[in-house]
Amino acid sequence: MDRFVWTSGLLEIHEALVIQQRGVRIYDGEEKIKFDAGTLLLSTHRLIWRDQRNHECCMAIPLSQIVFIEEQAAGIGKSAKIVVHLHPAPPNKELGPLQSSKNSYIKLSFKEHGQIEFYRRLSEEMTQRRWENMPVSQSFQTNRGPQPGRIRAVGIVGIERKLEEKRKETDKNISEAFEDLSKLMVKTIRFKSYLLSMGIANPVTRETYGSGTQYHMQLAKQLAGILQAPLEERGGIMSLTEVYCLVNRARGMELLSPEDLVNACKMLEVLKLPLRLRVFDSGVMVIELLSHKEEEMVASALETVSEKGSLTSEEFAKLVGMSVLLAKERLLLAEKMGHLCRDDSVEGLRFYPNLFMTQS
Amino acid sequence: MHRRGVGAGAIAKKKLAEAKYKERGTVLAEDQLAQMSKQLDMFKTNLEEFASKHKQEIRKNPEFRVQFQDMCATIGVDPLASGKGFWSEMLGVGDFYYELGVQIIEVCLALKHRNGGLITLEELHQQVLKGRGKFAQDVSQDDLIRAIKKLKALGTGFGIIPVSGTYLIQSVPAELNMDHTVVLQLAEKNGYVTVSDIKASLKWETERARHVLEHLLKEGLAWLDLQAPGEAHYWLPALFTDLYSQEITAEEAREALP
Repeated sequence: MDRFVWTSGLLEIHEALVIQQRGVRIYDGEEKIKFDAGTLLLSTHRLIWRDQRNHECCMAIPLSQIVFIEEQAAGIGKSAKIVVHLHPAPPNKELGPLQSSKNSYIKLSFKEHGQIEFYRRLSEEMTQRRWENMPVSQSFQTNRGPQPGRIRAVGIVGIERKLEEKRKETDKNISEAFEDLSKLMVKTIRFKSYLLSMGIANPVTRETYGSGTQYHMQLAKQLAGILQAPLEERGGIMSLTEVYCLVNRARGMELLSPEDLVNACKMLEVLKLPLRLRVFDSGVMVIELLSHKEEEMVASALETVSEKGSLTSEEFAKLVGMSVLLAKERLLLAEKMGHLCRDDSVEGLRFYPNLFMTQS
Repeated sequence: MHRRGVGAGAIAKKKLAEAKYKERGTVLAEDQLAQMSKQLDMFKTNLEEFASKHKQEIRKNPEFRVQFQDMCATIGVDPLASGKGFWSEMLGVGDFYYELGVQIIEVCLALKHRNGGLITLEELHQQVLKGRGKFAQDVSQDDLIRAIKKLKALGTGFGIIPVSGTYLIQSVPAELNMDHTVVLQLAEKNGYVTVSDIKASLKWETERARHVLEHLLKEGLAWLDLQAPGEAHYWLPALFTDLYSQEITAEEAREALP
């Protein structure tokens, strides 16, 4: 409701009347305000409302301020309405009936009908945007209408204007950014087709070349240095997810992508570094110290399980102080090697010492 | 005596000719290489210009990120493939997503004991935002999805399962085939599902329904409620809406990654 501006109601030179309708009430958002009976005029440039009882009370909104409009059908005891969604008021907006409103839309209630035709004409004007071709003077009012109880709160208005400017700046930056982005993409496509014509099918080969590059080899050596201590603390084995988090948290910036990490780890064995990448049957990937022999750990796992009779991955993890993920992999490996048997029920997956093997 | 084409002389001549061709070929190749170098430099400059103007935008504006990613996808470029790539280095777009990946892993790990490793995108979003604090940059659900897609490379079973209107994020390597996912989708409406529900909606036989539900129980993704009225209810903790507002407790945070 703060987008309206007092006006004399007289049309400008290039401005033409399109349609008018009596008996229209204005709502600020969902709230009824005192402007409850007026004539609504649609011109090529503005939406004008004049109070039926007091012709000097006249206000308008430029059509350019309208984002979009919706129809609201009549109901029992309710008139048909048009909902008008508006852009925020410009910082240099002239005075109007309300200086600020929390609503970014108004409703026009047609107490004496006429909504259908008005909507049609308004939609048309919105589509044709004739105001763009027929410029009229920026300020529409030559006299200010009655301003009942108007308080000029300079401070607040000043702040609001600053915010509005800032928002417009941001908006401008964003649109500029999108424009620049499109231009960049065009250049990228051109570059790509140039490379294609040179026979380089995938121009991003630097990034998708997989392992075996200088970068990944260097990275592998770095990782060996960084991970030695943490691995020892964790019993010689860590999942790749843990490694990813640890390394990136330590780096703070210039982080590794998951692919960078995997590709670097693939180089560990080739470079004869003291750790290696291992992929379990389940697809889980881990880094283990060469000195760590998972198969030996399996033997101690068997002991632990035997002591307790049977264990689930969660129970085992808690006992040994490992992550559940790795605990499960160890038990699965033990099963694969024949040391443990599983009991798979709805209660969960439980492992028992394989008595078939030991007591035959 | 002159003999044509044979003899030491002819061979030497041939060798000389070959050497000359090779040299010419090398020169041509060098030319092309120089050209390409120039093109590359030009492209790099364009990218640098864009970066210096809009690097902040990418970090601050989720919508801009979506635009950027979509455009990259259209031309077949993956800006997140490597932290060492053009895009990551110049635009810093990589760091944003890789760090998000770390946060996603931590949240999933902290809540795994509650939901078995299955969480809605909404809850993940909420928890990640909480963890980032109020001064952190805005993160959208689109950002989360992209970060998760990258995490799949780490092999620990990150998966994205579409359910009506949203996604379930799987963070453990549980085997979930199409039967399982379709039952999850069915459960999304009420947070639970029964054998009768499955038989009515999917027209499966009892055995097939039971089999799928048992698998979900075993994987810790579903809880069995034998005291529900009528038949047994299989609840999906991942879909419990009243869990959304709960904070991750200190205990859970400790048990998550160090």
